[in-house]
Amino acid sequence: MSAALPIVIEGLRYRVGDMPILNGIDMSVTSSGITAIIGANGAGKSVLLRLIDGLLAPTGGTIRIGPSDRPPPSTAFVFQRPGLVRASAAANVALALAPLGLGAGERAERVRAALRHVGLAERAGAPATRLSGGEQQRLALARAWARAPDLLLLDEPTANLDPASSHVIEDLVASMAVAGTKVVLVSHNLGQVMRLAEDVVVLAAGLAVEHGPVRSTLSSPRSPQARAYLTGEMPWTSFAALS
Amino acid sequence: MFQTLEETFRRLAALDPEVVAIAGLSLRVSLSAVGLGTLVGVPLGALVAVSAFPGRRLVTGCLNAAMGLPPVVIGLVLYLLLSRSGPLGGLGLLFTPGAMIAAQTVLVVPLIAALARQIVADAEEHLGEQLRSLGLGPARRAAILIYDTRFSLVTAILAAFGRAISEIGAVLVVGGNIDGHTRTMTTAISLETQKGDLPLALALGLVLIAIVLVVSATATLLRSHAMRAYG
Amino acid sequence: MDFLRRSLLSFGLLAAVSGLSSAPGVAEPAETITVASTTSTEQSGLFKELLPAFTQASGIGVKVVALGTGQALDAARRGDADVALVHDTAAEEKFVGEGWSTKRYPVMYNDFVIVGPKDDPAGAAGASVVEALRKIAAAKAPFVSRGDRSGTHSAELRYWKEAGLDLGAVRGDWYKDVGQGMGPALNTASAANAYVLSDRGTWLSFKNRGDLKILVEGDKRLFNQYGVMVVNPEKHPHVKAKAAQAFVDWLVSAPGQAAIAAYLINGEQLFFPNAEAR
Repeated sequence: MSAALPIVIEGLRYRVGDMPILNGIDMSVTSSGITAIIGANGAGKSVLLRLIDGLLAPTGGTIRIGPSDRPPPSTAFVFQRPGLVRASAAANVALALAPLGLGAGERAERVRAALRHVGLAERAGAPATRLSGGEQQRLALARAWARAPDLLLLDEPTANLDPASSHVIEDLVASMAVAGTKVVLVSHNLGQVMRLAEDVVVLAAGLAVEHGPVRSTLSSPRSPQARAYLTGEMPWTSFAALS
Repeated sequence: MFQTLEETFRRLAALDPEVVAIAGLSLRVSLSAVGLGTLVGVPLGALVAVSAFPGRRLVTGCLNAAMGLPPVVIGLVLYLLLSRSGPLGGLGLLFTPGAMIAAQTVLVVPLIAALARQIVADAEEHLGEQLRSLGLGPARRAAILIYDTRFSLVTAILAAFGRAISEIGAVLVVGGNIDGHTRTMTTAISLETQKGDLPLALALGLVLIAIVLVVSATATLLRSHAMRAYG
Repeated sequence: MDFLRRSLLSFGLLAAVSGLSSAPGVAEPAETITVASTTSTEQSGLFKELLPAFTQASGIGVKVVALGTGQALDAARRGDADVALVHDTAAEEKFVGEGWSTKRYPVMYNDFVIVGPKDDPAGAAGASVVEALRKIAAAKAPFVSRGDRSGTHSAELRYWKEAGLDLGAVRGDWYKDVGQGMGPALNTASAANAYVLSDRGTWLSFKNRGDLKILVEGDKRLFNQYGVMVVNPEKHPHVKAKAAQAFVDWLVSAPGQAAIAAYLINGEQLFFPNAEAR
């Protein structure tokens, strides 16, 4: 795992039919810590994350991740909903390893280690859909961890969880970042952003309006859109105004 | 009517090995057709659901439309194909259980594929993005979603079994209703009706209904048992 | 991905189960021929009596596909049967004339009867067949026709012609063309209390008679000759000509003819062997 996987985005555009979602995002992420993306609903955070992962193809502009324009194969994405298959916890982790071309022994070992890592070793054989909400999201994280990803993308991973479960997830994410995984986190939870992130990107109406260290950006935003979002003054209207 | 019913139950009690053999053939033909139809239809429907390709909506529309193919038309087309004078005549399949299995397979593949496509497409809504983000290709995603939706797919397969075992048009035309070779429950019921032996026809009808009930109850039990174990 | 393999297995299981059950249950005869025949012979129960005797004598199995005479001859023309056993002499002679078979053998005859309501609104009882049809048409009494190109149907059309009636001109609502086999036609007649031309065998074994009974019988014109033909192997090389010929030879032989004569329903003989007579 490289120390810091730089993500360089230039003029990134995305539209659905006639509706523009991203309007030319420029940002350069070089920090080795966690990068948070914040912004109002409809600002384009989730779309940006999916473009980075390659789930969506941009309608304009470029994304470079390290030396490539595609994310590394080990990249993991954890969604707001855990996205589990009706199979055992272990099987859910195993299927995340299928495309990585590992031997059967290595795969089984990684599955065991991942479940141990998130504290679900004893639930390995349990049906994933029978786990509690918090356990399910831990399983989703185990699935990501097992891939030993260079890049981990998180889209509001704790939005559906209670505070205790959220903290477990946060700790797991933090430990992966410390171990060298580049983490990009989309979150509405500014407390979580403060706790986890090193730097923060503020999106408004499909543009990256601000990018800086987390403390200074959250406490004294320079752009009017970031200020509006952080003080809750201008929730959605900015989109119409700018497009 | 009461007389008929009384007579029916008397005949039901006296059902002989011949009826058992006919019921066995019906089961063998329809289970084989549904087995083959499942092996073809489920992966087909799932692949259509997970992969993006030009003409996908057309394929979906065709599958949905083909669910309603009239059995007798399928039987007729297969008859012309399998007849000694037809392109596949060399197989010598006409008037054999093999021909009936082929006809019912053609009958159930679109039904299974169309239902599987819908079921897998619904699961895709929830899981598709997750699976694609793991870098899984269409074939693997289809396989995983088939596994994920296996309990719903059982219902689709049961529907196909019900359609297969209760149809008469296709098996009659390609099987020929030959005594001891290709006589199934439905063709036997039709024959007894034609002979005016309504109590026996009704007795056979009750046997057919019982078969369908037993098969679907068994599948439902297995399914709920598996669901309890595997959520 | 263990569970994926397991999922594919569980779906394959169905097919495996059916594969297992497809193991043959009964010992099949060494050779089996297919006979295209008529619903009247099948539904009268004659074959159930006849075929086991032949199979026992020859070791050859016989599968009977019961169709209308026209369909049965078509199936034989397509090569889907080894033998045709039907009852429409003109059509049979045409079949041989076209080279689909090299020889037609007369086997047996049965007879047609006109069945109708007990109270006989047209007053057809006891008349000759052509007289009865004239009365039915004049009374516009309900009449059910097979309408399926079967031997019985073509016999019925012949009788109308012989009665001097142009069916196209006289037919109306009273003439119900059902386009089905003898049994369904009898079921319809029984439900509608209508007249119908039936072969005696199907009528005798028919159970759902309602208020119908035989009104016209015994007229010489009502005799119904059956013929049997082996499909010409020069037209269809896959035809099991030898086994098929053995079946035909047995039917016209003394034991075969005796077996036909021995078949009774309620003590009544249905089919009268006449292979020697021709």
